[in-house]
Amino acid sequence: MRLPITPSQTIGPFLAIGLPWPDGPFVVPEGTPGAITISGRVIDGADQPLSDALVETWQADPDGRFNHAGDPRGAAEPRTPGFRAFGRCATDADGRYRIVTVRPGSLPTADGSLEAPHIDVSVFARGLLDRVVTRIYFADEVAANAADPVLASIADPARRATLIAGPQPCGRAGEFRFDIRLQGAKETVFFDV
Amino acid sequence: MTADQDETVGARLEITAYQRPAGVHPPLLTPEYRSTQLRAPKQKLVRLPHLLTEVTGPTAGSQPVTALDADLTRRHAGEPLGERIIVTGRVLDSDGRPVPDTLVEIWQANAAGRYAHQVDDHPAPLDPNFDGAGRCMTDSDGRYRFITIKPGAYPWGNHLNAWRPAHIHFSLFGQAFTQRLVTQMYFPGDPLFPQDPIFNSVPDAKARQRMIATFDLDLTEPEWALGYRWDIVLRGREQTVFEER
Ligand SMILES: [Fe+3]
Repeated sequence: MRLPITPSQTIGPFLAIGLPWPDGPFVVPEGTPGAITISGRVIDGADQPLSDALVETWQADPDGRFNHAGDPRGAAEPRTPGFRAFGRCATDADGRYRIVTVRPGSLPTADGSLEAPHIDVSVFARGLLDRVVTRIYFADEVAANAADPVLASIADPARRATLIAGPQPCGRAGEFRFDIRLQGAKETVFFDV
Repeated sequence: MTADQDETVGARLEITAYQRPAGVHPPLLTPEYRSTQLRAPKQKLVRLPHLLTEVTGPTAGSQPVTALDADLTRRHAGEPLGERIIVTGRVLDSDGRPVPDTLVEIWQANAAGRYAHQVDDHPAPLDPNFDGAGRCMTDSDGRYRFITIKPGAYPWGNHLNAWRPAHIHFSLFGQAFTQRLVTQMYFPGDPLFPQDPIFNSVPDAKARQRMIATFDLDLTEPEWALGYRWDIVLRGREQTVFEER
């Protein structure tokens, strides 16, 4: 006999009281060699920014390992000092978020294929009764992305493209852009987890 | 019996997926809750297999949690106004296993139904002795415990004369990305339930009841605080035959 689970409810407009952490956006400490930034906007169906959303990220370390008992290969201490694997950033008045991290490694799967480097993302907001989940892949990982089983499960290339972070326009090396569109012609692919 | 268990391949990666509960969570598009109309994705969700990134996840915050973080009544010069309450329970998975050492974060309105947040323009008083945020780690038995004051109901602009039932916002990590949950705890017997589209966004009446805490005289401390019990159940693993020796 299984216990029935507790339903989700919206995070509401006042999440800033309880959830932002001062160092939330820093998956690695500022100044970490090889650090990258991923930033963008969360946008609704009227093309308006969400000023009250929370973006969370979870990823493998650069060696493709997790310091977590749920990984059947065993927990592995990251070689990047201060690597937390998790990032959390509330959006600002313009709907912007920004995460500072390092690139994740590729990951093995049960059937022998390799998952391309990716970051799992949860978005919470007023008006979202449950989180929505997406993934960030990297535009310069062309070969790895082509072999990724999750990307391969999305038939439409235009939809697939919503999961690819490209270089930030006019940005420096290591600055990636990833917008999250909840609705509209370029609606981001969201996953049923 | 599992059909294709290959015990001969030593290097084979066994990833145990999590349960996918159907019909428990609210539909993202719930038109009665107006803000969902421009925010709920319209495309069909793509099924994500539970791979390494999904079966791992954050469990703790970035800063150490102290005992004071779980007592929302002792963080300012004086005591907040309102009905002092104890809110406690266990975080379990759907197999009944406790979820230990996981971060629980809460936030809430004050006793007058006002949030300490600049966007809240409800003309009810702020309380200088209450900020409404708390956090704690579950113990080895999955137990959490907060001391706070009972939040007030508050009006909101969803429709004419819309009021939120009193509630405490809860955020839980669980032990894996798949278990992440943000929800709200309600109080028993609230007359505002029938008119609240957020509470009623959960389609199943029994599931709605699971968001309501129970008043518990045994938890209540004489001459001091009322006790409420609320257990939270996160999804457990899929039923698979497991070879563990
Ligand atoms: Fe609220």
